[in-house]
Amino acid sequence: MTWVLNNLGLILELTLEHIRLSILPIVLGFLIAIPLGWVAYRYRLTRGLILTLVGLLYTIPSLALFVILPPLLGIGFLSEANVIIALTIYAVAIMARSVADALASVDPDVRQAATAVGYSSWGRFWGVDFPLAGPVLLAGLRVVAVSTVSLLTVGIVVGVQSLGYLFTNGYERGILASVLTGVVMTVLVALLFDRVLVLLGRLLMPWTRTRTAPLAKGAAA
Amino acid sequence: MIEFRSISKRFDDGTLAVDDFSLVIPSRRITVLVGSSGSGKTTLLRMINRMVDATTGALEIDGENVSTIEPVQLRRRIGYVMQNSGLLPHRRVIDNIATVPRLNGVPKKQAHERALELMDTVGLDRELAERYPAQLSGGQQQRVGVARGLAVDPNILLMDEPFGAVDPIVRADLQQELLRLQRELDKTVVFVTHDIDEAFLLGHQVVILEKGGRIAQKGTPAEILANPASDFVASFVGADRGKRALSIQTIDGAQVLVDGDGNLAGRLVEAGPA
Repeated sequence: MTWVLNNLGLILELTLEHIRLSILPIVLGFLIAIPLGWVAYRYRLTRGLILTLVGLLYTIPSLALFVILPPLLGIGFLSEANVIIALTIYAVAIMARSVADALASVDPDVRQAATAVGYSSWGRFWGVDFPLAGPVLLAGLRVVAVSTVSLLTVGIVVGVQSLGYLFTNGYERGILASVLTGVVMTVLVALLFDRVLVLLGRLLMPWTRTRTAPLAKGAAA
Repeated sequence: MIEFRSISKRFDDGTLAVDDFSLVIPSRRITVLVGSSGSGKTTLLRMINRMVDATTGALEIDGENVSTIEPVQLRRRIGYVMQNSGLLPHRRVIDNIATVPRLNGVPKKQAHERALELMDTVGLDRELAERYPAQLSGGQQQRVGVARGLAVDPNILLMDEPFGAVDPIVRADLQQELLRLQRELDKTVVFVTHDIDEAFLLGHQVVILEKGGRIAQKGTPAEILANPASDFVASFVGADRGKRALSIQTIDGAQVLVDGDGNLAGRLVEAGPA
């Protein structure tokens, strides 16, 4: 406990850094997964291929990815970009399947109704399919957020500062409190992201909160 | 006027859904396409707004071949009401009704004002405007569906079994409402159903379809009931049985009508001047 009190500044700084570095891969992963998931959903034949290939990305060990990416992309080993890109790849690996599943979850009757009243295909995607896929998208995004926050700690091996520092620091200097603090703070950051996403979902998808029995008010029929 | 000229439709899987179908649908009248499943009635309806394109033949609206009209533009000027309302579950009632005007670029405020007026037209309390579809009863949802179909004041209203999923009492209500709306708004309504009673109640012109969109008979309900063109029609409309097969019985000197099930249907009186 003394260790924690003596290092509050460091813990706070690392936590903020951890939050900052987590946001970009989550957002980028989501954005990149949308077209991929859409293709997998739209063209049945590509579904197995795309989702399997993208899913396999998740099985690449992160350390290997940190080593492969820099020469491939011409970025520094010890750069933030290296970690952010690696984490984005993992986010896409999870999220592409979620997007495909989410789009498939939309009621085909509603889809057809939207076309029948005059939505163009582009307009229908953003105005009908995408928002109605929202609940399943959100579920996928929550997994991505937790996964990203947790994986980010590994970035410390290429020198990118995050709560992962508390692990290596604690290990090298034999301070258990440092390691434990790292674990607790990582979990808290993950929970924070989760809560924020759930809250965003409530704000952006107000209709999902109204699945109540029809209220017998107004016109009789 | 909507005119089908030798329309055929073969689906990708090889099924011939409609075979050489021709029909004139008069303006400002209700035409009902009635038949069992597989009669091609919904396919025919969807050809009018190009949800389905004919394989051969021509379909004209007021002399204009629909194949020359861009489908999205065409659909925005034709009202469409379907079973289970087809409302957008993530939009409030008012936004659902305003859907098509908004797609056409009408400013939100104006579209919402129009939507509120339409709620009055179809008999919905304005208080429901802020609700989501899931918060309405089945009958209310259908009314919203009708209001949405009317939102751009289209000449043509296509209705695909719109009252099929509501309970009988609400259905009777909605049917009367549709007759009233058609009288007041003078729309060309094309209505698809498998329920012959509904067809006779609503249709100025009733078209009875057999497999493959073959017209078994068309005419006013009275014409069809008076002279069923075939055994198929007679059996389909139930002319030989139940509540349509009325017979006269004389009881205490008065003539009463009894239906095929032996239930009393009414008393025979001298017809007054038409």
